[in-house]
Formats: sequence, structure tokens, C-alpha cells
Amino acid sequence: MTSALFIDRLEVIFDRFRALKGVSLEVQSGESFGLVGESGSGKSTLLRAIAGLAPVASGSITVNGKTLGPRRDKAFYREVQMVFQDPYGSLHPRQTVDRLLQEPLAIHGFADGEKRIVRALDEVGLGTGFRFRYAHQLSGGQRQRVAIARALILEPSILLLDEPTSALDASVQAEVLNLLEEVRRRRKLTFLMVSHDLAIITHMCERLMVMQNGEAVEKLTADDLVRRHVTKDYTRNLLRASEGFVRTA
Amino acid sequence: MSALLDVENLRVTFPTRTGLIEAVRGVSFSLGRERLGIVGESGSGKSQTGRAIMGLTPPQAEVTARTLAFDGIDLLAASPRDRRALRGKRIAMILQDPKYSLDPVMSIGRQIVETLRTHERVSRAEARDRAFAMLEAVQIRDPSRVFDLHPHEVSGGMGQRAMIAMMLIAGPEMMIADEPTSALDVTVQLDVLGILDRLVSERGMGLIFISHDLRLVSSFCDRVIVMYAGKVVEQLKASELGRAQHPYTRGLLNCMPKIGADRHPLPVLDRKPEWAA
Amino acid sequence: MTASHAGPLSRRDWLLSERPASRMQARLGRAYVAWRRFSANRLAFVGLLIILALLVVAAFADVLAPYSPTIGDLKNARLLAPSAAHWFGTDDLGRDIYSRIIYGSRWTLYVVILVAIIAAPIGLLVGTVAGYAGGWTDAVLMRITDIFLAFPKLILALAFVAALGPGIENAVLAIAITSWPPYARIARAETLTVRNSDYIKAVQLMGASPFRIVLRHIMPLCVSSLIVRVTLDMAGIILTAAGLGFLGLGAQPPLPEWGTMIASGRRFVLDQWWVAGAPGFAILIVSLGFNLLGDGLRDALDPRSGDQ
Repeated sequence: MTSALFIDRLEVIFDRFRALKGVSLEVQSGESFGLVGESGSGKSTLLRAIAGLAPVASGSITVNGKTLGPRRDKAFYREVQMVFQDPYGSLHPRQTVDRLLQEPLAIHGFADGEKRIVRALDEVGLGTGFRFRYAHQLSGGQRQRVAIARALILEPSILLLDEPTSALDASVQAEVLNLLEEVRRRRKLTFLMVSHDLAIITHMCERLMVMQNGEAVEKLTADDLVRRHVTKDYTRNLLRASEGFVRTA
Repeated sequence: MSALLDVENLRVTFPTRTGLIEAVRGVSFSLGRERLGIVGESGSGKSQTGRAIMGLTPPQAEVTARTLAFDGIDLLAASPRDRRALRGKRIAMILQDPKYSLDPVMSIGRQIVETLRTHERVSRAEARDRAFAMLEAVQIRDPSRVFDLHPHEVSGGMGQRAMIAMMLIAGPEMMIADEPTSALDVTVQLDVLGILDRLVSERGMGLIFISHDLRLVSSFCDRVIVMYAGKVVEQLKASELGRAQHPYTRGLLNCMPKIGADRHPLPVLDRKPEWAA
Repeated sequence: MTASHAGPLSRRDWLLSERPASRMQARLGRAYVAWRRFSANRLAFVGLLIILALLVVAAFADVLAPYSPTIGDLKNARLLAPSAAHWFGTDDLGRDIYSRIIYGSRWTLYVVILVAIIAAPIGLLVGTVAGYAGGWTDAVLMRITDIFLAFPKLILALAFVAALGPGIENAVLAIAITSWPPYARIARAETLTVRNSDYIKAVQLMGASPFRIVLRHIMPLCVSSLIVRVTLDMAGIILTAAGLGFLGLGAQPPLPEWGTMIASGRRFVLDQWWVAGAPGFAILIVSLGFNLLGDGLRDALDPRSGDQ
């Protein structure tokens, strides 16, 4: 197997704050990998650093065998795309769905835009009835579907998912998770998914890394987690917390 | 069990450009000295129910009810002044994000002292002592330090504890908590819930716990009300959640991923129009 | 809106449809919502009517004006009071003031439109580029803006006209040069609020160039607040143009420009008040119109108050 993503001792520093302290990671092609942690753990920063949205101080990122420089080229964006957490903030308020989906095609000079837009909307289960709506005419779940369609329209091989369902209702979350699994299976995508919810990560990913304060706590498989084969107290705490409230008295 | 709060046929209506929108459509329940959970998704009217009880509904909206009584006091007939006096003194509310509920330019300790002194005639020294004791009660390890901090200087979990301290200082008999831990990290969430749980049972308060998280609510509360589209679809004991009758409750329970349950794809909720009817 | 409307509302329903079927319908629907918000404001509607009237008067000046604006009857018609023959009276050269005001509307529009066309795009470009680029680009562009803002508008315009020479074209240029800095400020502020939003990040992740992001994604967001501001500034522009005309540095006689007309009428303002009063009143009405229109546009176009 080849590695889709190889990250070596990555450091991210924002104004002297070390958000990521030398994290290494390897994700195989076609694998779904999860990053779990609480706020400030650096899990989202790691995702943004890969996408080129966070300042990398040292370390390297290799995507499909190609080590990235400080600037991302157009070819990179055809390999790696991202879905953001907040579906209310990730769609341009003055653009229709049609315009949103056209933009990546125009940037990369695709000729068959019309066909691709129709196909992308079908793929995320929206259909063409939604094509000319503005973001404010869509529900949270529909917006996230549009965001997924936009990420998929360039046919990337790696999808970065930053808490894609944490802003959604539980029932809508299930629909979006199912959609993500379906597109991964159909397109043989590699996922790198961030969540604070262990249940979502074990549901979606084969392997995961627990993070805390910008460092990796431990790496384990989803099966390990299900069987409670964890080595670190912090992971154990997260597991216990995910089971809900337990009255001690 | 005498009811602390009686709600019968509560309705909250908002006028909009396109007509009236009913956020709450005939909700009825009663609360004793217990922990009652109200669960629902966005737009279910759960928060508006809590706000209507608190008297915090936006002025343009209309609140009606056959009964809305707290300890025998008709809340809808009460004057704004009486209502304000009840708020804080006998009924308290905790909101999702302490950053929006705490005054950013006043130290946490002073806010707690002020809250106490608006509701009770106590000396400055006594108020201070009681504020310290309250901060200790919400398990803040170093109360004298936190007392002088401003809300932006503390973490989310600490802020929410301070908020609980402030809300409980006047010794309310009923508390409404609207998503009190949703903005917190999971591990902190449980600490805060533990504190809330202990204080509520020690003081024999009635608690309304509003949340979108059915599993959390059912592990924390005694009784659960499930709301959908402004109506109560089901009321049941938290321990009997597994035997929920309504397809919406069951769907909501089912569609969440669980550790160890290998279900691909996840069952999704098939919303029936008759649920909202 | 009226609920008593029982008949088929097909066109309205089509415009307000939650599921537009074409690009055109989506755009028209959005415009219709803005229009409804605008027309609900009665004063704004009055403002719009005033501006439309100004446009009509300017377009049909030849038909509407009973006399020539530049050639007067020096022998018989000097400084006549308003009457049936001369509605607003005549000036010291025997010209009909009513006709001059009608022709003057063309110059007012000329000034206003040219200034808007020159100043707004400069401000938009400077502001969005400064806001999006940040760093030293931002610092340099904004310091230049500050220099322009540090002088009172009329004084700076005076200096430019003095350097360029008097005349209405130079007056327009001077006003345009002095009025873009506030637009740059607005555009920059607006850019700063959106540049870190996820939807701009998402476009960056599409591989869009900074130029494309500014032009196609940020500028459209700044345009509506800029339109509002420019409309509100129109009154100020008219007054500045009139001020320059009054000081003899704007339009030159015999051009029937309102400010110049007031300047030449000031000598008789106590005895023949209409010579200066009529153009002054015209300036007042048109300024008011633009102000009301701007207020209405602010309510209709402001994305913060609208969308949801």
C-alpha cells in the first residue's frame, strides 16, 4: 500500500503559540483516519496545516509521494479538498449553489461544467431542484451536502473533514455521515476526519490518533477502542465521557 | 408530590414578514423537585419553552397559556417587577455560553456578590463569604483567585461553574439550564454536570434541563420530555427510554453512532408529517 | 403584506419561490425581496421619486424649458419677480431662472455620476486589496488614504482645482480625488470581516488566485454597503460642486450650474431673493432625495439585516 499522506514532525506556531508540537502521522491510500481531541488539542490545526491554511514552522507534509512546499499549487487542490465544520459559514452568502459549484470548475478550466454540477448535486442527494438556491434558502444539512459536493467536484483523492457534523442535529448528522461513507466507498477516497466525538470517529474511521495540547497522545485502531484496548489515561477519560453522565452518589 | 411549576397549553407565537410562526404549540407538563429533561432538535421549541417560563421571550412574540404557574403564582398575570424579583431569587437560568451571560467588565466575584445583594439584604462581608463558599461548592479549587478574575480570563468550564455559582447564590427553588454544557469539552462537561447534579439534589431544587443530546439527558435526568415541531411528542421516565413508543424518539436514539455498534449505514430518521400535526 | 389579496399571485410566488429553477429566477427573486424591503419604506420611495424626476427633467430639458438657458432678454426682462411668464423669475442678464434650473439638472447629474464612477471603483479597489493583502500593502495603501482624509474635502478640492485650473471637468476630477478615501475605508473594513471566513477559505482551497478572490468573492460583498454610502454622499458631492461653482472654481458662466447660479445671485439676495433662492432650493430638494434614497437602500441592501 502507498501512503496518501505522510506528516513528519509537523510544528505550527501562531504568534509564538505552539499549536502543534511535532506531530507525525501516516495515512494509507484509501484509508479513513480520525483525529480526536478536545478544544486546543491541535486536531483542526493539523488539518488546516495540510490544506495550507496554517503557518507551518517546521516538519514536512507529503501528499501522494510529493512533499509540499510553503505554497500550494493548483494540482494540490485537485488532490486534497476540505469540508468545514460550520455549514452556515462555509458557503458564500451572495452566491447560488450553482455559482458555488461552478467556481472550482472555472478555476481549473473544466469544459463540461454543466454535466459535472448536475452529477455532483445528484451524488450528494440534493438533485437539481437546489441548484439555483442561495445558502440562506437551505437547511444546515443541505448546506453541508452542498459543501461536500463542492469538495468532490474537482475529484480529489483525499478529503479533509473538520467536524463536518458537529453543527447539525443528530438525525441530520446520521444522513451526512452515511453520505460521506457512501462517497468514500464509491470514489475510493482517503479521509482525514477531525471530531471531538469518539463514537463518530470509531464509526467512520479504521484508525485514529488521540491528541491533546498540540501533541499526539496515542494512535490506535477503531477496534482497539471498541475493545477498550487503550494505553493512556487521557483516552480512557474520553471514552468514559462519551458514555454519558454516571451518577456517583 | 406538589408541583413546583405547572404548564398547561403553553404557546409562543412570533410575528414575521410572512405571517405568524408558532414556535411552541400547546406544551403542557408539570415539574416537581426533580430533574426534568426537555429534548429536541433545532426548531423544536425547547429553548422557547424555557425562555417563556423565565419571561425572557423577545417582546414582539406573544406567550399564551391556560396555566403557567410557579408555586401557585400566575406568571403571565404577574407584573414585570414581580417577575424580575422571581427571576434570580426563586427561578434561575443557565445558558449555553457563559461568555454571553456574564458581564465582561465586572469581576466574577463581584457579579456573584451583586446578584446576592439584589435579592437579599446582607452585609458586604457576609455576601463575600457566601460567594466564596459558593465558588467552593462548584469545585473551584482556588476561590480567592477566581473571585477577582474577569470572565475572559477563565476557561469555558470555569466560566460555566462561575455562572452556576452566580445562579445558585440566592438559593433558587427552580433552575432552567439551556444546553448548559454544549459549549464545553466532553471531560469538562461531566465535571460540570456532576456539580449541577449534586447541588440540585442537596438543595432539593427542581431542574429543567434543555438539550439536543438525548443520551446525555437520559443519563442525567429523572424524566424526559421529547419535543418536535413545537409540541411534546412523548413524556417518559429516563430509565425507560429504551422502551420509547414514539417513532421520533426511537429514531433519534437510533441514528446516533455508538462505540461498538457496527451499523453501516446508520439508520436515518424518516420524518412523518403527522408528527407535527 | 396584504393578506386580503385572494387572486392568483403567480408572478409574486414565482419570484419568492424557495426553489428557483434558473439563474435568472434566483437573481430576480433576490432583487424582488430587496425591492419589497425598499418600497416598504415610504420616505425612501419619495427619495426615489425625486431622483427619477431629476432624471426625467435632465433627459427632456429641451422640451421642458420654455426659454434658452444662456441667452436672456437684457432690455426687457432683467431681475423680474416670479410670474406666470417666468415661474422662478429672471436673473440680472434677463435669463429665465426656471429654464436655467432645468438645464442645470444636467450638470448636477453629470457631476454626480462622474464622481461616483471615478471615486467608488477606486475606493473599492484600494480598500479590498489593502484588506485582503494585509501586511505592508495594507499599511502603504491605508497611509495614503489617511493623507487624503486628513484634509477637509472642500479645501483639498480647492487646491486641486487651483492647480488644474477652473472648469466643471476639473471640479469633477477634484471632487472624485477627494471622495474615494472613505469608500476605501468602508471596503477595507468589510473585507477584514469576511477575509477569514470559511467561505473565503473554501475558495482559497479551490486554488483561486488572490486576484480572483478579491474580484469575484470579496468585492460583491462590499458593493452594497458602498452603494449606500455613495448615495448618501451624493448630497455632499452636489454641495461641494455647488461650493466650487460658488467660489468661481467650478462651472464657469454662462453654464447654468446651480452653485454658480447662487454665486451670481448673491449680489441681489436681499432684493431679488429668487435669483439665488431658486437654485438653492433645487439643490436642497435633490440632496434630500439622494439622502432618503440612500437610507432606504441601506435597509434594503444591508446583508446583516436581511437574508434570514
